[in-house]
Amino acid sequence: MATKTRKEPLLYMEEYRVKQDPQDYGLADDVFSIQAFKEKLHIKIKRRGRPGVRSDWRVSRHCKCLRRMMLSDVPSMAIEKVYIYNNTSIIQDEVLAHRMGLLPLRADPRLFAYRTEESTEAGTEQDTLEFELKVKCSRRRDAGKDQSNFDDIYKNHKVYSGHLKWLPKGKQAQIYSESAVNCIHDDILIAQLRPGHELDLRLVAVKGLGRDHAKFSPVATATYRLLPLIKLNREVTGKDAYLLQNCFSPGVIGIDENETAYVKDARYDTCSRNVYRYPQLNDAVTLARIRDHYIFSVESVGALKPDVIFLEAVKVLKRKCRALIDEIEAE
Amino acid sequence: MGALAELAGDEKNGEGSRTFVFTNEGHTLGNALKTIIARYPEVDFCGYTIPHPTEQKLHFRIQSRRDRAIDILKRGLEDLEGLCDHTIVTFEKEMAEFNAMKVENT
Repeated sequence: MATKTRKEPLLYMEEYRVKQDPQDYGLADDVFSIQAFKEKLHIKIKRRGRPGVRSDWRVSRHCKCLRRMMLSDVPSMAIEKVYIYNNTSIIQDEVLAHRMGLLPLRADPRLFAYRTEESTEAGTEQDTLEFELKVKCSRRRDAGKDQSNFDDIYKNHKVYSGHLKWLPKGKQAQIYSESAVNCIHDDILIAQLRPGHELDLRLVAVKGLGRDHAKFSPVATATYRLLPLIKLNREVTGKDAYLLQNCFSPGVIGIDENETAYVKDARYDTCSRNVYRYPQLNDAVTLARIRDHYIFSVESVGALKPDVIFLEAVKVLKRKCRALIDEIEAE
Repeated sequence: MGALAELAGDEKNGEGSRTFVFTNEGHTLGNALKTIIARYPEVDFCGYTIPHPTEQKLHFRIQSRRDRAIDILKRGLEDLEGLCDHTIVTFEKEMAEFNAMKVENT
């Protein structure tokens, strides 16, 4: 077994089991102190694409907690009520209503209030967004008889989320623009119509939490994993080097000019342990994960930036703690 | 308000052992709090359970022979809050650095 060269606590991934480092006593014996936490916590943002953020953490056993907070305790706006005045399409009312609910809206939930028990059905400009969807499908007059493409024969035969029209309530029109509150993607197919079919809906969007319904979740997904560590125990050359490269995810193992394999970037490995399938490579590598190095990835739906969602999640947790402390103190 | 209650039946065991009932909380808070409180040296036992999955209730047990359970709970919550504060500060600092670097590169 490889000797411990780093200070990081490792989890070895052997062929049939996960083994703890003999020097690693786990978390149980660590005495908690906020000072130690402060010293150990490092956050490094690695990549930020348009929808996603990837960051690296050291320590923090609260990744799980924060992940769950992002999924279910950070608010966002979603369509909650659908008033169907007319629906002659083949899609059933309840299915249509459900589809409408799942449309992601761009409105910033921080600018809105929750609806309360006392709120009226109509809602106010502080807690409600209203939309309407009025689409009627008809046959194109100019379509020839030999045309078979639906786009040429029918008008409005596909209802997209772009057909949603925002109905500003009260002073909302002065505060927000349509592009700031409407659906994030305007090419989501909602229904297909045929001539004579008609949709006439009024939609009411409110602020809610992911724990109530997944449509209110601000993230598509938020995940974390441990940083992999790959060590080559001996030199692997020639054909075996290429075989070794194939055992790992692309970009993990590199091969230099002498046809010798080297670990290029262990970070991207999926830890498949494919390498153990080959007897000639079995002993060549040590696979491990660093137990206190988390790679966190947050993929936003689009209303809030991933970094904002993360900060909101931490703030919600903080507020929760504060509320409970206040309650204890009040007793 | 009124999210916190105590489960009856611990009165004769002194102030150190209590089961607290949190309403409208779940594994999110329970696990985070447990990992902190279980690592206090004066705590003998700390654990949590959600007795029924459809009930939004969290039973949080603390046993200690030295301190009052309620004080330990309060300390745990304060530590968790401090942890959040520090996470926010660290993250914001890193985000600013990351953005600055991005601007430089473009």
